[in-house]
Amino acid sequence: MSRNKLIFLVVLVLVACALPFLVSNYRVFQFTLVLVYAIALLGLNLLTGYNGQISLGHGAFYAIGAYTAAILMDKFGFPYWATLPIAGAVCLVVGFLFGLPALRLEGIYLALATFALGVSMPQLLKYHHLEKWTGGVQGIVITKPDAPFGLPLNPDQWLYFFTLVVMLLMFLFAWNLLRGRIGRALIAIRDHHVAAEAMGVNTSIYKSLTFGVSALYTGIAGALGAIAVQFVAPDSFNIFLSIVFLVGIVIGGLASIPGAIYGAIFIQFIPNIADELSKAAPWAIFGIFMIGFVYAMPFGINGAIRMLLARFGRKAQTGGPGSTITESSLKTKEASQ
Amino acid sequence: MQGDTKNGKCLLAVNDVSVHFGGIVALDGISFDVHSGQIVGLIGPNGAGKTTLFNCLSRLYPCDTGKIDFNGSPLLSIPRHGIAQAGIGRTFQNLALFRTMSVLDNVMLGCHSRTSSGFFANAVRLPRVPLEEIASTAKAGELIAFLELGGVAQARVSDLPFGTQKRVELARALASEPKLLLLDEPASGLNHEEVSALGALIRHIRDELHVTVLLVEHHMSLVMSVSDKVVALNFGRKIAEGTPAEVQKHPEVIQAYLGDAQ
Ligand SMILES: Nc1ncnc2c1ncn2[C@@H]1O[C@H](COP(=O)(O)OP(=O)(O)OP(=O)(O)O)[C@@H](O)[C@H]1O
Ligand SMILES: [Mg+2]
Repeated sequence: MSRNKLIFLVVLVLVACALPFLVSNYRVFQFTLVLVYAIALLGLNLLTGYNGQISLGHGAFYAIGAYTAAILMDKFGFPYWATLPIAGAVCLVVGFLFGLPALRLEGIYLALATFALGVSMPQLLKYHHLEKWTGGVQGIVITKPDAPFGLPLNPDQWLYFFTLVVMLLMFLFAWNLLRGRIGRALIAIRDHHVAAEAMGVNTSIYKSLTFGVSALYTGIAGALGAIAVQFVAPDSFNIFLSIVFLVGIVIGGLASIPGAIYGAIFIQFIPNIADELSKAAPWAIFGIFMIGFVYAMPFGINGAIRMLLARFGRKAQTGGPGSTITESSLKTKEASQ
Repeated sequence: MQGDTKNGKCLLAVNDVSVHFGGIVALDGISFDVHSGQIVGLIGPNGAGKTTLFNCLSRLYPCDTGKIDFNGSPLLSIPRHGIAQAGIGRTFQNLALFRTMSVLDNVMLGCHSRTSSGFFANAVRLPRVPLEEIASTAKAGELIAFLELGGVAQARVSDLPFGTQKRVELARALASEPKLLLLDEPASGLNHEEVSALGALIRHIRDELHVTVLLVEHHMSLVMSVSDKVVALNFGRKIAEGTPAEVQKHPEVIQAYLGDAQ
């Protein structure tokens, strides 16, 4: 990571730390959800953006994470923080197992299989033999944790900081994973899986593990989301959630780490803005936003920002060799970051 | 056994290998040996089965019958992704690069089979991960310099001209430190000077990097000048095997190529 990037990152984290003291509690809650979605989108981006496996059902892993946290807190009295690793582990296993048969499916067929998972999840959660655990249609209500150690933070602010720390850790792990041997193998599988295998990549294991890791991320996000919303119910995790996640990674920028944050901001705030603009047809407005973004930024928000920075940087340096940034060289950098 | 006796032990033994695609017999009882340190040419008209044989050696296609021994152990019990580690590297007739990745990353991926850190070790960046990365970067850097790709190391491969991409593929194959290198028509699409440089390059790979080479090529003057031994196929059958001079004079080979030209 370059020095400039590091400075930018530190500034960003400082801004993120100041934020909860500057806005209302409701906004703090909304920003907490942005962080939660960023983790979920990063997970989906690992799978779809980097590894080329399309999932139309990641809402299901989000739901499993959320219910794991809610059940552990409500039925077993777990502290909220202890539910995260368990939610992650459950989703890792479920994702890996789902990824094994999904190995036989490519592209659009995999999309259909994951769609089936996403579309059946709310009904599974309502299944009456599970009602004892899941609370059926009623769902489960959980209580918001207070700040520990007498910290002078209200529960919304505390949960925001807790989520921020988890998010930063998850992003660090993903960055580590992607910048070395494993990241290269994931992209190689996406670009040419036969060649990847011939070069010694065990593509089956890598694809299933990526499915598992992706589900782990989304599951931890689901657990955090449940704690923030203080409530889980089957219909909050319908197929629409899965589609919105996919929208998030495309708008944010496929195969990019910061793209997950941009995408999360989009899927958290654009529906609200659309709702304010038109109570009658908010989703039509949302659709217009989506088309506008895709049209104006074909490589997602992350791609657009990189392009701008590159143009800016070129002016500042009056361009040495290698400073010409084309769209495709941009993609290489994205893929290798 | 034909071929050069100065060469070492038998590295690859292909024994009675047959492959069918529906009604087509792509390979029909092929047998030949490759000895350590040899450059062996594999020739034959279009559709003779040369690439099919490579794909059997890479385990991309299953063999219907026959047996292949590599380095003294049965090859057909090794899974596809284990072939690189076993010591067989290859290039593809139609480029098979990772198009969105840089030249450096493509070559570094070639080191995959010689490195071992897994998901967890990478995610938490255990101390051995950066060490492994440094070693892979150094190895890839050497190969990039060797194949004169230094100027484009950071470029995305799909932006590069065809001839350059072929060299990237060669560098990637060499990064896995193969004992046996399979080259599928490395000269196709290259101009005259590039072809003669390629001949020298292949010899260098054998002499300096000590890699045995199995070379599929239509460019006859190249095959005949670099090979210690040539195997000729036609319609999936072996029609000749011997020194370049012997194979060139072989009536069935002449017939196959004349027939092909008609
Ligand atoms: N995957 C496949 N499915 C069906 N038929 C195939 C397949 N691969 C090869 N063949 C057939 O097997 C025969 C041998 O093909 P192969 O590609 O091995 O020839 P080749 O000697 O490499 O030819 P060229 O010099 O044109 O590359 C051909 O008839 C080809 O059509
Ligand atoms: Mg061929």
